[in-house]
Amino acid sequence: MKKAPSMPIGRVLGLVRPYWFYVAASLLGAAISVAAQLLVPILCGNAIDAMLGKGQVDFALVAQACLAIAISTAVTAVAQWVLAACNNRIAFRVSKDLRTKAMAKIQRLPLSYLDSHPSGDLVSRIITDVDTFSDGLLMGFTQFFSGVLTIGGTLILMAVIHLGITAVVVVLTPLSLFAAGFITKRTYRYFQAQTAIRGQQTAMVEEQIQGQRVVQAFGHEEKSMEAFDKVNDALQNASIKAVFFSSLTNPVTRFVNSVVYAAVGLTGALLAMGGGISVGQLSVFLSYANQYAKPFNEISGVVTELQNAMACIQRIFDLLDEPDQIPDAPDAAVLNSDGHVTISDVSFSYTPNRPLLQGLNLDVQPGQRVAIVGPTGCGKTTLINLLMRFYDVDGGSILVAGRDVRKLTRASLRRNYGMVLQDTWLRAGTIRENICYGNPAATDAEMIAAAKAAHAHSFIRRLPQGYDTVIAEDGGSLSQGQKQLLCIARVMLCLPPMLILDEATSSIDTRTEVKIQAAFASMMRGRTSFIVAHRLSTIREADVILVMRDGQIIEQGDHKTLLARKGFYAMLYDSQFDTGDT
Amino acid sequence: MRDLYTHLKGHRLVSVLAPLFKMLEALFDLFVPLVVADIVNTGIRDQDTAYILSRCGLLVALALIGLTCSVVAQYFAARASVCCASSLRRALFAHIQALGFSEVDTIGGSTLITRMSSDINQVQNGLNMFLRLFLRSPFIVFGAAIMAFSLDRTVATVFLLAIPVLFVIVFGLMAITAPLYRKVQTRLDSVLGATRENLSGVRVVRAFARETEEQQRFTNFHTALTRLQLFVGRISALMNPLTYVVVNLAFIAILTLGARQVQGGWLLDGDVIALVNYMSQVLIELVKLANTVILISRALASMNRVSSVLHTPLSMTFPSATAPAQNSAAVVFDDVCLTYHGAGDESLSHISFTAQSGQTIGVIGSTGSGKSSLVHLIPRFYDATSGTVSVLGRPAAQWEKGELRKKVAVVLQKAQLFSGTIRSNLLWGDETATDAQLWDALEAAQGAAFVREKPLGLDEPVEQGGRNFSGGQRQRLTIARALVGKPDILILDDSASALDFATDAALRKSLRELSWHPTVFLVSQRTASLRKADKILVLDDGQLVGQGTHTELLDSCPVYREIYESQFEKGGDAQ
Repeated sequence: MKKAPSMPIGRVLGLVRPYWFYVAASLLGAAISVAAQLLVPILCGNAIDAMLGKGQVDFALVAQACLAIAISTAVTAVAQWVLAACNNRIAFRVSKDLRTKAMAKIQRLPLSYLDSHPSGDLVSRIITDVDTFSDGLLMGFTQFFSGVLTIGGTLILMAVIHLGITAVVVVLTPLSLFAAGFITKRTYRYFQAQTAIRGQQTAMVEEQIQGQRVVQAFGHEEKSMEAFDKVNDALQNASIKAVFFSSLTNPVTRFVNSVVYAAVGLTGALLAMGGGISVGQLSVFLSYANQYAKPFNEISGVVTELQNAMACIQRIFDLLDEPDQIPDAPDAAVLNSDGHVTISDVSFSYTPNRPLLQGLNLDVQPGQRVAIVGPTGCGKTTLINLLMRFYDVDGGSILVAGRDVRKLTRASLRRNYGMVLQDTWLRAGTIRENICYGNPAATDAEMIAAAKAAHAHSFIRRLPQGYDTVIAEDGGSLSQGQKQLLCIARVMLCLPPMLILDEATSSIDTRTEVKIQAAFASMMRGRTSFIVAHRLSTIREADVILVMRDGQIIEQGDHKTLLARKGFYAMLYDSQFDTGDT
Repeated sequence: MRDLYTHLKGHRLVSVLAPLFKMLEALFDLFVPLVVADIVNTGIRDQDTAYILSRCGLLVALALIGLTCSVVAQYFAARASVCCASSLRRALFAHIQALGFSEVDTIGGSTLITRMSSDINQVQNGLNMFLRLFLRSPFIVFGAAIMAFSLDRTVATVFLLAIPVLFVIVFGLMAITAPLYRKVQTRLDSVLGATRENLSGVRVVRAFARETEEQQRFTNFHTALTRLQLFVGRISALMNPLTYVVVNLAFIAILTLGARQVQGGWLLDGDVIALVNYMSQVLIELVKLANTVILISRALASMNRVSSVLHTPLSMTFPSATAPAQNSAAVVFDDVCLTYHGAGDESLSHISFTAQSGQTIGVIGSTGSGKSSLVHLIPRFYDATSGTVSVLGRPAAQWEKGELRKKVAVVLQKAQLFSGTIRSNLLWGDETATDAQLWDALEAAQGAAFVREKPLGLDEPVEQGGRNFSGGQRQRLTIARALVGKPDILILDDSASALDFATDAALRKSLRELSWHPTVFLVSQRTASLRKADKILVLDDGQLVGQGTHTELLDSCPVYREIYESQFEKGGDAQ
């Protein structure tokens, strides 16, 4: 980021601009409530000055002061409520705007970005950072604003009553700030130490709990306990220091404030003795002296909060500023595929200096089955990424039905493929929602037909609420095999002319596996299919087998031809499907 | 709660002194308005400079004593809460260590980690605040009322009215908003869920071209969240204005009543100032109290979660000494059934077999057929629900824990290493092993070559969970770790899955040639890996459907033949 650090402020104002009315109302509310609140001690003072002693009370004045207090109270209460309501509105609305924007961004980001950024980090930007930002910035801002107003207002009102005592307050109050600052600085390193040791302990606990089976299998409990005790004791020592020293801020600032209070009391009382100020005015000074230091402490807290908020919004802006995927060309055509796919001279790599696919050529006739085999990391998944246009090729081109995929709309290209991946993603929702994901308009009969074709109907029927059973985000209690059957049903309901299938490597229980195979087979009938294959039967029945290694198609042909060639395929076949136990 | 008390016991004195000193501090706070009243009533009225000076000196002295008490209290509170949390953490860790596999399965690893870290931190904070504020705040609230009574009974009635009303407002609003805030949390969770879902399912979303609908769905969730947030926000925004109104009404009442008392000569103006001051103190402390209550209720919820783990009973007990051997067989299963806690169906049903010492036993079957369950019974990770598992001639339940686990080494499916060095990890198998023995084990586990290539050899650092090694390397290191202890029974639970074929074969060869001839259990999904086993156990859905050698099983066991054929030449299974 080459931006000047001050940049976000302009953008932050931009975020708040739609709510300028609430901002204005909030500021006005803050100003009114501060002013009205500051009046109360003066009014109380007036009332007290009306009580000179036995038989010398001016009830009219007292009543007048009380009425004024009542009015200012009512005004303050209304202003405070308006202020809070406006702040809430701004904070929650801005959060929603930001999150909606971020989510829309997620839909438009290229997969290369999403694949290379941990989703946990993105989630925390969209959820936690937005919260920290809206809390910190907006609440911090109003606190800051009210704080400054309170300080200014108090100073002016005090100065109006008596300059001398005001000077005492102004000179002595910073002491409490210095004291607080001093303690904060000193405690910082204790906190650092605590954080570091806590981090160590968490890492250790995590490791021990995750590896608990091993710990128990090796009878390592005592040794683990010794190591834990060491860290735990260190943490205890560091924590006592951190907790204790940080908890000193409050008593120390309170002490300094008490000293200021005593000093005001002294000067005030001496002045009052000489008639310089009234007793009521002395009480005004005393309560101001109590209040005056508070906004200072709050403001110093606000500064950290603001810095925090700025760091968070920067992370969100960084996300929003990521370049979008290349949009569909304005003249992009809608694809109506016949299942003819041509890959010509395609090269591709995820990182420029590490070439992956190079000079890839392939011509797939409508209805052909293509099995892709090869060791892990050979580029099988990459091929899927390119076919679906999750990534764009670096060189060469991919044609579907004779048209370059880059000249088609992404949506229409993808809708022409049915995709079942090993990673079975299901949404939190009902079985029905999941099956109808690609075709929400489908009727119940169509849905059930799809589920039957995918051999999923029988297990769905046995679920507590059948098709209306709600499943959790990761498929919850469904087995891996059942999840895959649902994914197949989801594709079955769309019946696209081309398929991309990724056979599961982890074995699923035998009966479900047979069902999945059957479902795959019935789906592939008459459709151009690309299968990342692990099972011998799938491979053998393919029209074309692509043997991939290090991003190249090194052999191509049907099972018999390839075996006869005695090349890499034959070797792979032997190692995976033959004993070789020499 | 009871647990908290137990762990505070060692720090009883500090945890009693902390709130006491806090109360002492509060007491000195309560004197301040009285002193001010004296300054006004006596000092100013009598024009007594010396008196004023001495009273102001008294104010400073009170502040100084208050500071001292407060510092002492903060120290005691910090000490008590930190030590209590620390001892709680230790007890929890020790208990987690003692928990059996089935309890950990039920509770879940990530839950345990949260209990150990954030929950206990929450308890520490809550306890700290409790010790500091829970006595102080009520003390000031009621103390202020009592002080008011000492000044003037009539005016003090205002306190009797105002305090309950303030209580009702502060705690009433909290009671109303607390469940609403929980609801806000649920809605926030659904927004979070939608976000996570869109990221994890981005390929499917795009494959079905459903970006617009997903965006709409997210917006709907968020609209519901925002609406509720605004609603709750409006309610809790009442707190400040309402309390402010009540306190100011109380001011008005104090002034009006006070004026009458002053007129009657029963009260001086300085006393009115003191009464107003007491009222302000009441409000400040009530708000503090409300915040403390929130913090403490959160801490209590955390404490309950910690307690529930602490009180998870241990389902297994081990005898302190191992019983004498009754026969020479390595492992005997006699009609063994296993049902996991909370599971409906049996995971193993009526399994019987014998493994003679020195034999290699293969275990095969599809995922979920019970292979791991079967071998986990041998080191007694779980107890059989019925039937007996005998290990080295005596029932597994009659072994002392440490001895059994030393004789039986298991290499688990998930290759788990611990931060340290390669050496520190291998020494888990046997503390006293020499470097030569470590290299022997690495050699047999096919790991010597890559360890030798590391710049620091055996001292090469291992990061948390061993993430700086590849899957295959981790597997070989865990196998070596098991071999270091020269166990009588070695169990490899599908622990060579990340090894390429040649290494896998070499590993099996070197296992057959181990000098001390352990009994080896090989769990695998590949018939090729088990062909040379002395006996192969075929599991299907928890049942032992066949046992024998490869050739015998090919003849007699249809399930074995099916697995074999799906992996070898003949026929497919798709048709």
